[in-house]
Amino acid sequence: MDLFSNLALGFATAASPWNLLFCLIGVLLGTLIGVLPGIGATATIAMLLPITFQLEPVSSLIMLAGIYYGAQYGGSTTAILINMPGESSSAVTAIDGYQMARKGKAGAALAIAAIGSFFAGTVSTFLVAIFAPPLTSIALQFGAAEYFSLMVVGLVSSIALAHGSIIKALAMVVLGLLLGLVGTDIYSGTPRFTLGIREYADGLNFVAVAVGVFGVAEILRNLESEKTRTAVITKVSGLFPSREELRAIVAPVLRGTAIGSALGILPGGGAILASFASYTVEKRVSQRPEEFGHGAVAGVAGPESANNAGAQTSFIPMLTLGIPANPVMALMIGAMIIQGIVPGPNVATEQPALFWGIIASMWIGNLMLVILNLPLIGLWVKLLTVPYYVLFPIIMAFCSIGVYSVNGNPYDLYAVALFGLLGYGLVKLRCEPAPLLLGFVLGPLLEENLRRAMIISRGDPSVFVTRPISAILLLIAVAVLVVVFLPSVRRKREEVFVEED
Amino acid sequence: MKSLSFDKVNGFAGLLFIILGGFFAVQAYGLDLGTAFRMGPGYFPLVLAVILIGLGLIVLIQATQVSGEALGAVAWRGMLLILPAPIVFGLTVRGLGFVPSLFLTALVASFASTRMTILRALLVAAAVTIFASLVFIEALGLPFRLFGPWLGY
Repeated sequence: MDLFSNLALGFATAASPWNLLFCLIGVLLGTLIGVLPGIGATATIAMLLPITFQLEPVSSLIMLAGIYYGAQYGGSTTAILINMPGESSSAVTAIDGYQMARKGKAGAALAIAAIGSFFAGTVSTFLVAIFAPPLTSIALQFGAAEYFSLMVVGLVSSIALAHGSIIKALAMVVLGLLLGLVGTDIYSGTPRFTLGIREYADGLNFVAVAVGVFGVAEILRNLESEKTRTAVITKVSGLFPSREELRAIVAPVLRGTAIGSALGILPGGGAILASFASYTVEKRVSQRPEEFGHGAVAGVAGPESANNAGAQTSFIPMLTLGIPANPVMALMIGAMIIQGIVPGPNVATEQPALFWGIIASMWIGNLMLVILNLPLIGLWVKLLTVPYYVLFPIIMAFCSIGVYSVNGNPYDLYAVALFGLLGYGLVKLRCEPAPLLLGFVLGPLLEENLRRAMIISRGDPSVFVTRPISAILLLIAVAVLVVVFLPSVRRKREEVFVEED
Repeated sequence: MKSLSFDKVNGFAGLLFIILGGFFAVQAYGLDLGTAFRMGPGYFPLVLAVILIGLGLIVLIQATQVSGEALGAVAWRGMLLILPAPIVFGLTVRGLGFVPSLFLTALVASFASTRMTILRALLVAAAVTIFASLVFIEALGLPFRLFGPWLGY
């Protein structure tokens, strides 16, 4: 079987001592920062991104992937223990997980979250391995028009899944696209929007933008109200769930995995949506829905499986099409570009060891998380007592080093400050930064494919609707837009996000 | 006429989009636009900038219709001290070298919190500098000078 020889190659790559080490470091760093409240997975990766640039491409991406699910895991830990979700996708876990902890079942809740995540991770790793190759071969037939339409679908969906006003999210995408165009025009060599600063001729540094908009802006938001963290940390005991608890989580874990895997592929925010969808489903099918909100086991197991599955399957569009499904994947694409790899369907054929190595490392990373983190929970809990005012000077120092080390260009550091300010301003004005980052990554690609498609069609814009795949993709984009603007859906959407806040 | 109620959050957001869109539009207009067949460097950005201005206008109009949440507290002190931190590093890393530059960066950022005392800030900055020098220069081997020409090295 092709699948097995591919996976064997992947595991051979991922299991080399160096890659195992970097996977381990990534998972640990990710958990470490994920546990610290106020810094989500995206900010974590943005900050740690530069550290990985000194490594080989494979090791670097394996480490980044490790940071990603490590951060997810860390986020759930704090959600359960102190009712403070380290990131938005574990906000649901906090609802019932924290109640379990208050009833003295913190250990069981953590173990259930870990088991659910690991199972979901295993299944979805296989899903990635099964679905990535056929998608790749479809993607290889894509021309410029199809790519343009595909990116439009991605951008439109990211709007649908953002918080708050749709118009504002749309504006953020457009702003991101424009910012992505700063730099030298590839066709004519004309510098654009650089204000005459030569250092920006290669475009705004992706890492600087990500660190500014996510990292710095998040620090500023945390500095708004410096409340003391009243972390009433429950003592963790009895790590192993009882037999009946184990039996009770089988169905929620399976359902969560299925929901998460399906939603993770959607652009925009797979993992977050997945955990909410799973919670809603569990509450609806449960025989005792009144338990939800008071420590229902299914309310932890389902969403945790769903968000992990979603996190994994969001790699599918990134690996096969080079289209990011969420900001974290946008960061991964940025990392690939800096490593000199052109993201897209060619990665699987040209760099099979990289492609399958990443897939295999996901499973290894999940295994490490289960083995390492359950015993290490005590250590993570201690970390929560580190005061915030000690943390952010450290974070700023590391961000500065990291951004500077990418190109050795001081102007990238000035860009961090500028985008920190912009990012913070936009957050204050209730604009989501995620669509902006997606736009920023896709901006140059979108323009390039649009211009190429128009040249090939000799200036006839109907090419986008006469080529069947492109037409279908554009129809999907229009459908998504129409649906989010429907009054009933709009109300529902607001309800979902209000619940989340 | 209705009394003029104005939602600050959306009002500012709308204005910001219009200003940024205006900046890109003016800049793009100065570039070669080309035709739809052979687009010049200004074509696509101009289209986007016009869309951004349009969306900004819609947000601005919405601001006069419905009022939403208030702006909330603004981290002025944080902005004043966190944002300059990377700039300090950028300005001094070549001249002063890695060690003093990073120390300054961490020190500046430390004071963003009202809880920070001078002694604590010095300790945190020193610890960060030592740790980062060991990790980035010794272990990862980044090609930075520990001390720069401004200090006579």
